[in-house]
Amino acid sequence: MTIKLKINGNEHQVDIEPETPLLWVLRDSVGLTGTKFGCGIAECGACTVHVDGRSVKSCSTPVSSAVGKEITTIEGLSDDNTHPVQQAWIENGVPQCGYCQSGQIMAATALLSRSSNPTNSEIDAAMSGNLCRCGTYLKIRKAIKRAADLMQETKA
Amino acid sequence: MSINPTMTRRTMIRTMVGTSGGMLLGFHVPGVGAAVVAPKPWTTPTDGDEINAWLSIDTDGTVTIRVPHSEQGQGALTSVAMMVAEELDVLWENVQAVFADINRHVNYGEEYIATGTSGSAVVRRRHPHIMQAGASARERLKAAAASVWKVKPQDVIAKQGELRSGSHHGTYAQFAELAAQTSLDKEPAIKSPDQWWLLGTPVPRVDVPVKVNGSAQYAIDTRLPGMVYAAVKCCPVPWGKLKSFDPDAIRGRAGIVDIVELKAVPGKSTDADLQNGVAVVADTWYRAKTALDLMPVEWEFGTDGEVSNESQASLANSLFDEPGEISHESGQDPRPIIDKADKVLNAEFYRPYETHARMEPINATVSVTDERVDVWAPAQDQSLPLKLVADQLQRDPKDIYVNTPFIGGAFGGGGGGGRTAVVRQAAELSNRLKKPVKVIWSREEDIMQDKQRAPVHSRLSASLGDNGLPDAFYSRAVWFPSGGVKRNGPATADYSISTMPYHIPNRRHERHNVNGHIPTTTHRAPGANQNGFMIEQFVDEMALAGDWDPLEWRLEMTKGQEPWQRVLLKLKEVAGFTTDLPKGEGMGLAVIEDHGSISAACATVTVSRRGQLNIEKVIIVVNSGYVINPLNASEQLEGAVCWELSHALYAGLDLDNGHFKNNNFDTYNLMRMNQMPPVETHFALSQDGWWGGMGEPGGPPSPPAVANAIYFATGKRVRFTPINKHDLSWS
Repeated sequence: MTIKLKINGNEHQVDIEPETPLLWVLRDSVGLTGTKFGCGIAECGACTVHVDGRSVKSCSTPVSSAVGKEITTIEGLSDDNTHPVQQAWIENGVPQCGYCQSGQIMAATALLSRSSNPTNSEIDAAMSGNLCRCGTYLKIRKAIKRAADLMQETKA
Repeated sequence: MSINPTMTRRTMIRTMVGTSGGMLLGFHVPGVGAAVVAPKPWTTPTDGDEINAWLSIDTDGTVTIRVPHSEQGQGALTSVAMMVAEELDVLWENVQAVFADINRHVNYGEEYIATGTSGSAVVRRRHPHIMQAGASARERLKAAAASVWKVKPQDVIAKQGELRSGSHHGTYAQFAELAAQTSLDKEPAIKSPDQWWLLGTPVPRVDVPVKVNGSAQYAIDTRLPGMVYAAVKCCPVPWGKLKSFDPDAIRGRAGIVDIVELKAVPGKSTDADLQNGVAVVADTWYRAKTALDLMPVEWEFGTDGEVSNESQASLANSLFDEPGEISHESGQDPRPIIDKADKVLNAEFYRPYETHARMEPINATVSVTDERVDVWAPAQDQSLPLKLVADQLQRDPKDIYVNTPFIGGAFGGGGGGGRTAVVRQAAELSNRLKKPVKVIWSREEDIMQDKQRAPVHSRLSASLGDNGLPDAFYSRAVWFPSGGVKRNGPATADYSISTMPYHIPNRRHERHNVNGHIPTTTHRAPGANQNGFMIEQFVDEMALAGDWDPLEWRLEMTKGQEPWQRVLLKLKEVAGFTTDLPKGEGMGLAVIEDHGSISAACATVTVSRRGQLNIEKVIIVVNSGYVINPLNASEQLEGAVCWELSHALYAGLDLDNGHFKNNNFDTYNLMRMNQMPPVETHFALSQDGWWGGMGEPGGPPSPPAVANAIYFATGKRVRFTPINKHDLSWS
């Protein structure tokens, strides 16, 4: 069936079964490959995107549930790496292989939108659904704190 | 996308300016003059004058350095570019790193000498020829300028992209065309470390900016016109047979293109060969995967279907009493000495199968046409998929083009498309359908069909002399590799045990290589990753039995071995190691050689009375001889700690009925953010002519350091992994 989606501010129309996970619509139908496939069972977080500002695991989110909502993927964060979370990731040199980082960044961005100065335990709670096989967790933690500072500076 | 994207720095900037939406690339790292990398792979050289296969110089002064190694997270793009730039002597911000053309390498003289990205070798082993390429280019630029200026080449100074001699002055770009036609009578020597200006400084990785916006292209991201997608399922018990499948049950579903039986080739069962299985091809991967899961499939497991972790343990137990192949012996036979001794220690250890579980699932895309074949695969050596496809399709290697993508983790085993059959599957399907085909293994398929780290059971025995130090040491390992030692790393069965540095006068180490049906291969820090856990706990047991402090024991037993002493003395200085802590708290040590580097760990843990383990901190000290980029090096160490603790604490594959039961991240448990301990890294570098690796050595000492700390906290020895299967409670 025909499904209309709003992704990164743009309208898209796809012809797909409504139960198809959002991940595969983004990657295969729309061509936004920054969002990654990792496990297919919402255990690794590589597929994390925002639906109406909240982080969801798109591999286990039926596309039908995102209809009429604002979908944001890693590609929609900024046009030029200027989002504070991207800036903090670059400053701290977070990625190694980089494959999980789209999901990490989207999970971190959602966390920072609801908690402007997250504690370590808030970070643990928000980020423990996102696996990183390269082991960049310590840098991710640092980068989240740095991004929080950058966001405060922007507001001030 | 085009199949042969050609981009220079200028066209890349134009692309960035001209594209709207989220695919832009920002490469201005605040405060850092950074080299750049583009998000998409290259197969053809950029324009500009090619001085040699490794680099070209554009008219605007941009130096494009072609990297023949894979970027799998270990920083090869940055390291190789740094090594060339060091010798060439060019401003780092004028450097652009690109992936080299593998077709050219394989078919036209192997100019890059090596394309493999494994064995922590890119810097350690390859720096002489990589730096040579930069040095040679610099000298040719000098010779070109000298010929124009009518001066001697040795009177020309090449520095930061500029050439000078007396009143003469020019840029590398001005002389690039002439240098490209200049040959040298004699190749220059590479610089010694005291002459470095770039190497040894902390340089941010060039691939970071494209990895924070989704633009970095991995093999799994390949999109081609007319491309179809395949989901595959092979016999869960490797080398088992496909008994039956019912394609008619799913043929009518939306988007289905083809349903194909995959067949193992009789006699080909060693390396990246096709397994028996079935593929469903559809217009989207999700449709293919859903249909595949709905299709009735029956397998014939054969006798391999009876193998389990328990059956292997029972076989290992009986083989412990049989003599094995000798991997090391020195001094007298230790067995009679141990038999007669008063103070004897015996211990058995076990490490189970582990899988790579790279975040990027195993995948490959192949496009077969009459003229050419294009391949995208996450391989640690990009020449491997080229050779596999040439073999599978019996095509001329000259017609096969491998498009080097970024790789979503490798960790040994050839990456997710080097030494697995996925490339053959994609080639077969594309050849049959005459369409580009992307094959993606589901996570379950990835874990069940990857080549695994082989399990090892070991029995260790030692006797102590009058001074409390061991005088005899004997070990026997039983492990279950496929394809033998060669495919599984250097003497993986008992590496770190048979190669230990400690001065024990009478030693004998044996191993039983039991051919297992599960395909196995290398896994980050092969051998050291599993056996370090055994030997370094046993060392603590020997030290404590002889009334020695574990750190002093290691210092005493490595006397005269400078690289080890340097690491241990540094650890002593920074770690504040003590055995004098209240119950429930513990510090543990370990020191292990891997890929030529000596690395030590000190772990601090707390264990609650109920047995809850918390790792407070891990300190790592490494002696790799030299470090070319301390920033990247400490990142590698930090990551390796997480990698190896993941397996030691939580993972371990459950083999039952011949196949792996825990085949996704809900049951194959890996370290997560809330479990990651703080890691502190230190370097203690010998800097006396030898080079060790950096991608792997940080991992192996972490598990035994934690295990030794657990012992001090609880009085309990953890002799197998995952550690979370042990009851650590105490009272």
